[in-house]
Amino acid sequence: MLYFDHCASTPPYEEVVKTMMEVMKSQYANPSSLHRAGTDADKLIERSRALLAERLQTTNGKWIFTSGGTESNNLAIKGIARQYAGRGKHLITTQIEHASVYDTFAQLEQEGFRVTYLPVSESGHIRIEQLEEALTDQTILVSVMHINNEIGSIQPIEQIGRLLKRYPKAMFHVDAVQSIGKLPICIEEWGIDLLSGSAHKLRGPKGVGFLYVRESITLYPLFTGGSQEYGNRAGTQNVPGIVASAKALRMSLDSLEQRERRMRPLKQKLIQIISGIPELRLNGADPSAAHIIHFSYPGMKPEVIIHMLEQHGIMASTKSACSSKDDKPSRVLLALGVSHEQAAGGVRVSFGDEHEERDIDALGAALRHVVEQLKPLERRLT
Amino acid sequence: MVKGRNRNRFEKRMLDQVKQALISYENIAYFKSFGRLYVKLNGHPYEPVADRLKDLFGIVSLSPVRSTEPELEKIRAAALAIMQALPEQPATFKVSAKRAWKKFPHNSQEMNHLVGGHVLRAMPELKVNVSKPEIELRVDIQEEATYVYYDVIPGAGGFPFASNGKAMLLLSGGIDSPVAGWLALRKGLEIEAVHFHSYPFTSEQAKDKVIELAKRLSYFSGEPIKLHLVPFTEIQTTLVGAKSDNLIITLMRRAMLRITEQLAERNGAFGIVTGESLGQVASQTLPSMNVIGRATELPQLKPLIMMDKHEIIRLAERIGTYETSILPYEDCCTLFLPKSPTTNPNLRIAEKIEALIPNYKQLLTAAVEGTEQLMISPVAETAVQTAGEDSWF
Repeated sequence: MLYFDHCASTPPYEEVVKTMMEVMKSQYANPSSLHRAGTDADKLIERSRALLAERLQTTNGKWIFTSGGTESNNLAIKGIARQYAGRGKHLITTQIEHASVYDTFAQLEQEGFRVTYLPVSESGHIRIEQLEEALTDQTILVSVMHINNEIGSIQPIEQIGRLLKRYPKAMFHVDAVQSIGKLPICIEEWGIDLLSGSAHKLRGPKGVGFLYVRESITLYPLFTGGSQEYGNRAGTQNVPGIVASAKALRMSLDSLEQRERRMRPLKQKLIQIISGIPELRLNGADPSAAHIIHFSYPGMKPEVIIHMLEQHGIMASTKSACSSKDDKPSRVLLALGVSHEQAAGGVRVSFGDEHEERDIDALGAALRHVVEQLKPLERRLT
Repeated sequence: MVKGRNRNRFEKRMLDQVKQALISYENIAYFKSFGRLYVKLNGHPYEPVADRLKDLFGIVSLSPVRSTEPELEKIRAAALAIMQALPEQPATFKVSAKRAWKKFPHNSQEMNHLVGGHVLRAMPELKVNVSKPEIELRVDIQEEATYVYYDVIPGAGGFPFASNGKAMLLLSGGIDSPVAGWLALRKGLEIEAVHFHSYPFTSEQAKDKVIELAKRLSYFSGEPIKLHLVPFTEIQTTLVGAKSDNLIITLMRRAMLRITEQLAERNGAFGIVTGESLGQVASQTLPSMNVIGRATELPQLKPLIMMDKHEIIRLAERIGTYETSILPYEDCCTLFLPKSPTTNPNLRIAEKIEALIPNYKQLLTAAVEGTEQLMISPVAETAVQTAGEDSWF
């Protein structure tokens, strides 16, 4: 099997699985218990937290463990909106956010907040001037993703942070679920107030997310019923998952530069292959992540392509896994301004550490073959 | 400024201390000259080194220095570069040149004009003010190099570590005692910390907390600190059994001083530092301190005695102990608190109660014997840092 769906989830590191198993077996006490077994488990969580702070170079904030990227995004956005609604009721995000951000803002609109959804260019990038125009003295939150999960475009987080320094009332949240371990992030230097991550996107276990919250920010919690995670998230912590996630984070940050160096040429190669197939159109443009490629077969149902690739042992994806079960055209692609046909026919390929040049060749061959087979049926399948 | 023969000793200590603090930076060079210590970075970034040195005791101020060859044009260029790189442009300045290398062609007075004039031509909005300049640009001309700088960052002040002898610090885990320890270190005292624990009435976390505080203090001294962990349960429960509730704190504190005195003797210390502040609690009124203090003949140093709580808290925040101090783990001082502790204890009654406790002396000796010693270094790993197996992380 060639697994090309790293944006949806990644194969865990061997060592991470081992950690998970050992901690699960030996550290089963509740980390909130007062006895030694409990405090030992608690120290493991604190050591994990310290590891995150050290490796992501934060000195003046706290790291909160959650159940995943979706919860981190929900907690950050709702937590800020509900806590600081008294300061203003205007929020800003983009049209191409992951559903866990986008739908959360939609829900807040129902609660009476006004939300600006910034448009993006054809390449999938917001324009900083448009953000500046949207900011008002009522804006309390700006949420922009780092790497887009469908097309891989990289947003100018550093410049946004610099701009927002002039708007002290507006807090800055970054959904970095796709970028931790892929791109360098300077949380404090860039003026980021909140940052979401997810362990299973960086070869850690599922069920663990993290959220950085700058010092002196208070979040309105999503859950009630316990004072875990500095009172931000009630519920017994997932000790083995958290420790294993810290390890996965360390390992993927250790190999960040090497990963970029390895993946960039692979992406270039795949772009060449796809550009050589006239039926396919590439979506998005640089600056973009080295591990994501997105293309459309306009007029073709993407599910058909996915299933035909599957017959070649290749796992690719339509749009975001979180919204791949509905068959509407992709909201992200529509935001790029592509045609309805192209937006409905998107395929995402995302690769990881295990892939080599010959895997890209195999994918290329399979793609050519699939397109050959489908071409005669183009009109009938739509 | 320290005068006479002490000065050499202090400067030597200072150099050792700076070297120790910067030990992780390879090929940094050091040399002393006229009460100044020069640290040649040799490519290391300035900021982290300055941050570390700022916290070292015995340093009055530190300055980033440009070194250049002792040639007029190069000195002028260095001076101008410094002036133009100031974070905020001053309105006035002056140049204070010092020609230590007498073969340099221009004397100090001439250099003031030659360098000052050059800066003025390039920055015409500046004015010279000889008596009260905003920036005093110093030019130190030596044979091997010229140093151009201005005083910027105030140092922590005080004396180099251990230049004034050794004392025991009563370290409870609260807000005050770490601050008292920091002030003692600043005055050049070497300290050994003494902590009393009453397991199982106090928890493991209370001990971890004290280790963390001692670690923070050792960061400032740059040297490991010895931490004495005294088992106090027996004594404390015995005193509770003596049934004079309102005197219990007085009796506890007297026992602590006696134990500390014995520890001081064994470790060559000549005083006891405490975090007491006048009137803060019942045991810190003058009548209380009188009765408590008589339990030891050693000098008791109380650097916080006349400070207000908010001043102490501000210092605790500045030295980075506050966050640890307010962790909610009970220490033995807050156990068995009576409803109304006396603010005016009677010495004779206290002595009488102690005399009636069977084996009082033996209990103290047993506590001293049972004391556990830990060496806490600035790089010592905490309980969190060593949690679990290293291979898990």
